[in-house]
Amino acid sequence: MTDLKDLSREAKRLAVVFEATGAEVVELDFLQISNVLLDLYGEDIRGRAFITNDPVYGEMMLRPDFTIPIVEQHMTNSLSPARYTYCGKVFRRQEEFPDRPREFLQVGYEIFDGANPEKADAEVFSLVNEALNGIPVRIATGDIGILMAAVRSLSTTETRKKALLRHIWRPHRFKTLLNQFSGLSSKPQPNQDLEDYNKLIDKFQTIGSRNIQEIKERLQQIKLESETDTIDPDEVKILDDILSLKDTCTVALSYLEKVSKKMPGIEKTLDNFAKRLEFLENNGISVDVLDFEGSYGRTSMEYYDGFVFGFYSETHTDLAPVATGGRYDALTERMGQGKKIPAVGAVLRPDLTLLLRENNRD
Amino acid sequence: MGQTFDWFSERGINLVRSDSDREYAGHIKGIKNVQLIFLSASEIPRELSSGRLHFGVTGNDVIQEKLVHFNQLAKPISELGFGFADLIIAVPSFWVDVETLDDFDAVSAQFRDKHGYRLRIATKYHRLLREFLMKAGVADYQIVDSQGATEGAVKNGLAEAIADITSTGDTLKANHLKILSDGLILKSQATLFKSLVADFSQEENQVANSLLKKLRAKN
Repeated sequence: MTDLKDLSREAKRLAVVFEATGAEVVELDFLQISNVLLDLYGEDIRGRAFITNDPVYGEMMLRPDFTIPIVEQHMTNSLSPARYTYCGKVFRRQEEFPDRPREFLQVGYEIFDGANPEKADAEVFSLVNEALNGIPVRIATGDIGILMAAVRSLSTTETRKKALLRHIWRPHRFKTLLNQFSGLSSKPQPNQDLEDYNKLIDKFQTIGSRNIQEIKERLQQIKLESETDTIDPDEVKILDDILSLKDTCTVALSYLEKVSKKMPGIEKTLDNFAKRLEFLENNGISVDVLDFEGSYGRTSMEYYDGFVFGFYSETHTDLAPVATGGRYDALTERMGQGKKIPAVGAVLRPDLTLLLRENNRD
Repeated sequence: MGQTFDWFSERGINLVRSDSDREYAGHIKGIKNVQLIFLSASEIPRELSSGRLHFGVTGNDVIQEKLVHFNQLAKPISELGFGFADLIIAVPSFWVDVETLDDFDAVSAQFRDKHGYRLRIATKYHRLLREFLMKAGVADYQIVDSQGATEGAVKNGLAEAIADITSTGDTLKANHLKILSDGLILKSQATLFKSLVADFSQEENQVANSLLKKLRAKN
């Protein structure tokens, strides 16, 4: 059983690393209105958060994380650059892993600043690395931005790109769509012509809020899609290569630079990657041995859209990650209703770092 | 309830309801120390998982919906061969552009763009539906709770689609709905479950074993 005094000492130890930057210390309500979280995560969040009801506000959640409410606050209150740090409990339902804790401490750090995003990326990463000093960890990094840029530069329709981008965080469905668009698997074909479909619609009663116009528009889209050329296999190959890339940052960068000769659309994101590595190097991080995975961050971190990273225990491989973080520029735009500011952040688990420190000592 | 009685009596176990039909209790003819309790099918999972019941008959749909890691809490002993029902996803029949989950996901995106909110699915099977759609990679939907008459939810403007159990599909048709071709979430039927957490005293164990022996003899 963890001694609570030890735990709060460990949390404090992590927190001072971030407070030392002069970041504003944020406190948040335990209860958050569900809508914002539901809009962002979709229904899946209900499986992960404790939900309750307020007679006035309706559905509320015990905060499952700090980042979203902090982004919301920042986007409503100010648009000037800011650094925030926090230390407090979050609450998670554990259906899949009943042995994991329902409430645990998080220490986190967020930078809202567009002046030099890559420098901010490196700052967050380096601070986390510093806070975890002495704990044997395996580090994974990636960059969702490169992946998104690759999808955007495919020579195909905007509709297809939009569909692929929407599912970038759902690898399975992403693959299904990509296979359909590239002719590797059959795609939805209208098996009747539009006239027949229109007659078919008339046979049924129209019920619900989705109207006939929407159905006709989609039938038109299916028809268009079936007439659109498949995506060039060479481009699909490039995408696959990026997704399966696993190497050190330095090697990955030079590999991707070669790839960009055939796919110039990713060049800008590679410039950012290169800049970030320089800043990391300046901060004393050896990027020659830092791992990079083309697919990293696609499964569990749905709002990250640039640099992503995770620190995992080397000895306790079944443990949740000790720290995760990344860039979430698009999230600020979504929550800022038109306003936006580049942002990057990270979150650490004092309960896990304490466990690992104690084990390391034994 | 009648079908459950028949199933047991075919196996030489005669369930008897108490003299007063108003009392939700009974016993087994010729076997002492068994107390028969009549409960709503949806409450049986909870009673099995708390160990207050040793055995229970209910559908595996409610067991799987209500119990997380159900196979650690209750063990299916035998399927009873009635109460067949499929938990499915259904959409309005006039959605002629929708046949599969692929279509459904594409329509969810379209719907959110057009209407500004996530497409609503009415159901009482929240967990099973959510897990199913997560595995299928369907996004941009929301669940609205519906504890009964779910088939009417679309017509009544409460949802765009439903997830519910169906046996013949007649009710769906009458409510202008059709099933997604790959929208089968699970197949259910009445099933006898044994609680894996209930305490069995030596005596209770003996009774349980003699009952199970009779069931096995027939199967």
